[in-house]
Parts: sequence; C-alpha cells; structure tokens
Amino acid sequence: MTSLILPAGLQTIPQGVDYIRILPELILSAFGIVVMVLDPLVDEKKSQKLLGYIGFAGTVAGLLSTWYMAQSPGLAFSNMVKVDAYSVFFHFLIIGIAAVVILSSFEYMEVQRIRAGEYYALILFGAVGMALMSSAVELVLIFIALEISSISTYILTGFRRNEAASSESSLKYFLLGSFATAFFLYGVALMFGATGSTNIDLISQKLQAGPVVLLVYVAMALMFVGLGFKVAAAPFHIWTPDVYEGAPAPIVGFMSTAPKAAAFAVLLRVVFTINAPGRFWILWVAAALSMTLGNVGALVQNNIKRLLAYSSIAHAGYLLMAFAVTGSENSVSGISAAMFYTAAYAAMNVGAFAVIGHFGNAGERYVSLEDYEGLGRTSPLLAATLTIFLLSLIGIPMTGGFFAKFYVFSTAVKAHLIWLTLIGVVNSAVGAYYYLRIIVVMYMRESRQKIAVSSIPFGLGTALAVSFVATLYLGILPGRVLQYAQQSAQELLPQAPGASAKIVQTPLPAAISRP
Amino acid sequence: MVPLSYYLVLSGFLFACGVAGFLIKRNIITIFMSIELMLNGVNLSFVAFAAHWHVLAGQVFVFFVMVVAAAEAAVGLAIIISVYRTRETLNVDRVNLLKL
Repeated sequence: MTSLILPAGLQTIPQGVDYIRILPELILSAFGIVVMVLDPLVDEKKSQKLLGYIGFAGTVAGLLSTWYMAQSPGLAFSNMVKVDAYSVFFHFLIIGIAAVVILSSFEYMEVQRIRAGEYYALILFGAVGMALMSSAVELVLIFIALEISSISTYILTGFRRNEAASSESSLKYFLLGSFATAFFLYGVALMFGATGSTNIDLISQKLQAGPVVLLVYVAMALMFVGLGFKVAAAPFHIWTPDVYEGAPAPIVGFMSTAPKAAAFAVLLRVVFTINAPGRFWILWVAAALSMTLGNVGALVQNNIKRLLAYSSIAHAGYLLMAFAVTGSENSVSGISAAMFYTAAYAAMNVGAFAVIGHFGNAGERYVSLEDYEGLGRTSPLLAATLTIFLLSLIGIPMTGGFFAKFYVFSTAVKAHLIWLTLIGVVNSAVGAYYYLRIIVVMYMRESRQKIAVSSIPFGLGTALAVSFVATLYLGILPGRVLQYAQQSAQELLPQAPGASAKIVQTPLPAAISRP
Repeated sequence: MVPLSYYLVLSGFLFACGVAGFLIKRNIITIFMSIELMLNGVNLSFVAFAAHWHVLAGQVFVFFVMVVAAAEAAVGLAIIISVYRTRETLNVDRVNLLKL
C-alpha cells in the first residue's frame, strides 16, 4: 500500500484567490446560516418578513460577489472548481432565480401559514449546491453539489407539511431522486475506473489520447440516467407531474428552473468537454421522447401545475436537441443555444408559477383550469402577465421563448438533425394548443364561481416585473446574452492543439448573429 | 491477490440487488435501505479502482459518499415520518393521492 500517491501537481494549501472563486457560495451559505440562527430568536409574527428580507439580501450579495468572482477567472482548490465565463453565466442565472423566488414567496408564506425560517435558508443552500454544480470540474465534487441542491429541494417540496399531497410528492421526489443519483455516482465510479481520474479535463485528455474502452460508454450512460432525472428528460420524467402538483407553487418555479439549469450545466460540461463518446443516439432519443411525451401528456391535463409540469418535460426535450450536435463549430452554437434556452425558460417559468401561487390562494385551492375562467375580467393585470409568460412558452416572437426555440432549431438544422428538428417543430405546434387553451379560458369564458383575487403585494409585484422584463428583454434584445453565451461556449470546448485558434476565428453563423 | 474483476462483479451485484429491491419492495423503509445498498455497491467499486490505479483519491471519495448518504438518510427518514403522520401507512401502493 506504500505505492498509493497523491496526484501530481496537487497544491494542498488553498490560496486567498481560491476563496474568491467560491465567494458567491460562501456568501449564500453565510446568509443561510444567519437566517436559520435568527429563526428561533425572532418573534414568530415579525420573523416572516424579516427572514425573507435577509434571504433576499443574501441573493443580492451573491449576485454582487459573482461579479467580483468573475474578475479572477481560473482554477481553484486543486483543480476542483473552475471560474470561467460559463460558470459565471450560470451563477448569475441560478442566484437570480433564487432572488426572484424569495421575493414571490413573501406573500405566499403568509397566506399558506407556513413558518418561514428554514424555507428561505433552504432556498439559499439549494442555490449554493446548484451554483457549485456549474463551476465544479471534478465529478465527485459535482456529485456532492448535486446532493446539496437535491436535499434542499426534497425538503422544500414537502414544505406544506400538513397537506398529504405535499408530503407525498416530497417522498416521491426523494425516493426517485436518490435512486437516480445512485446511478450517477455509479457512473462516476466507472469513469474513475476507466480513466483513473475524476477530473473532467484529465478524463477528456485520457479519452482523446487512447482507445475508448467499453467501461466509458457504460459510465456515460449511467451518468446520463442521473442527470436526465434531474432535468426531467424522458424516460426519467415520471416523477415530474406528481412532484410539481404537490409542491408549493413558488418552489415549483424554483425547482423547475434552477436545478434544471445546474444539471444542464453539468451535462454540457460532461458532454462537450469530455466529448463523450457514443452520446449521439442517447441524446437524440431522449430529446425526441421528452418532447413528444411531455406535449402529449400536457394535452389532457386539467390541473395547471400538472400541465406546466408536462410542459417542462417538453422544454427539456427541446433543450436536449442542442446537445445532440457534433463537430466543434456546431458545438459552440449548440452550447450557446442551450445556455440561452435555460435563461429564457427560467424567466418565463418562474413568472408563471409566481402568478399561479398568488392565484391559488390558501391551501392552493384554485389550481384547476376551470378556476381560471374569467380571470381576464376579474384581474386583468394578473391575466395579462400570465398571458405573456404563456406566449413565451409557446415561442411567439418578441418573447424570450421565441429566440430560445429559434436558436435551438437553427443549430439542429445546421448540424443536419433534420428529423429531430421536424419532431421539434411538430411538437411546438401541439404545445401551442394547451398553452392557448389557458389563455382562451382566461379571456373568453365567464367565471362560474366567485374567486376573490387579492391585490398584488409589493414583493410579488417586483418578482413578476423582473421576470416580465427578463422575458421581453431576451425576446427583443437577445444579442448580448447570446454573445456572452457564445464566448463562454468556446472556453468550454476541449482545447485541442491548433483547434482553439480555428474556433475563435470562425465568424458567427448568419442566423445567430442577427439581433 | 484477489483480481480486480472479483470486486467489480460483487459491487455490480450489490448495486443490482439495490435496484431490484427498489423496484420490488413495497415498504418505504425497505425501499430506502435498497438505495443505501446501491450506494455501498458504488463504494466498493471506488475502493477497488483506487487500489487498481494506486490513487488515494478513490478511497477518500468513499468517505464523501458515506457523509452524503448519512445526510440523505436524515432527510429521508424525516420525510417518511411526515408521510406516516398524514397517511398512517408505510406501503407505497397506498400513498397514491397524486395520480400519474
């Protein structure tokens, strides 16, 4: 056993700059701990708002520290964490989602009579895990970050503790989630066995240098099972509708966007940096299945949370289309299209669930489609906001959803994935039906029951305004976000000798450079 | 010396037992134990590969996995208790409020 050695170049003492490179995570954890410690000390009546504001301050500090972190890119903690444009993008996205969700939860917590303390802390801790997932370049660290984010969301799902549906959805999410992460971990172990390393860059070098053994394919497949579960891609999507139906509405907004974005970030790193062999058909089939099953499932739903759950499966399918591309030039546009899609999807979905949470009222009573009848007249502002988010989910021009779909489809066409694009376009048409059904119900039908919609409070109003502006911004001026995504996509690809210069010089494809 | 493949077959067998238990068993606690069995199967292959590659890291990962499994157990048992309080049952077939 004397021959066991440490990997070469391992620096054991962390430098100061290492801590700057995980500063957002540190700050979010610190605020989360403050919220948890204050919870029993503050009077229960006052604590609701106060702890919420502290949580929100934490996310704002997290966003500022992300900006600070972006100034010193590089590797940290013995090559376990990597700060590049790519991880900065996902840090902003995930912490931004957490901020908006905290804002939209203020009123929800009061109406549902939920004790606030751990709730805000868990959102912050969850965001820590997800942010870490986006900057980790070491498979075991990715596993730990994945678990940090998962465990927080397991608890948050069951937060309406007295409701049987909520604890049931929490149980389902927990059991299936840990089942899937065990698969991911087995994949990590086999990858370690095949290459002798768990560092993504080292694995990539090993695979490029030598012949690829069968073990690598098995490892990739197992890792895809774990990540596919987290992004709710078919055939690992079964849990989604049940969990979304039982979970608190703002949390559904959170868990349908932030952990998904983080899991997609990991998937992008694994797929493109490792340049995973044999990935094409797995991703092709998963994309086609997710789109079809999600859209067909959503057609027959009557509960709006279940409907949006199926729609989120479908959107995971559209996103996976961008992963199936091959070749370095296509990869850049594929990665940037996927990144843009996660951002646009986050903006519209968080907003939609904020509206649903507000309208649902105490105990989330009003979540069926009939309850939305006549909302256009009783509460025009709320209905108009929801309409914009739904139009964006369809992919109507002027909204973020349009450019998201456009970039993904045009990337797929350029990569000659004609059949997959065709399936995607047909599915978009099917999807338009059930989104439009909600809009029709809101505006064209008379309400048959009296539902008193309370006025929109300040916190929720801000949250809605932010997601509204973000949706329109991405739909009208997508250029800056997309350019940033393309920049970071180039950093993500493995730097083969000579290839890197070629990628940089490639002019932007015509379709993408159009604003 | 025992060859590497023996360990890998055993770890694969443990993992498969866990998967089978997860799919077949109906008691929530047993299902939860099956997941732990899967994680332990993975741990065994980590240790085996660590010895094979002469890299210490593989053994350290096992500790991380154990800690994560413990954290998961704490949360999982709490969720199971909360389900038991509302439903008075530990049979997954009867936890069926939300229909697929």
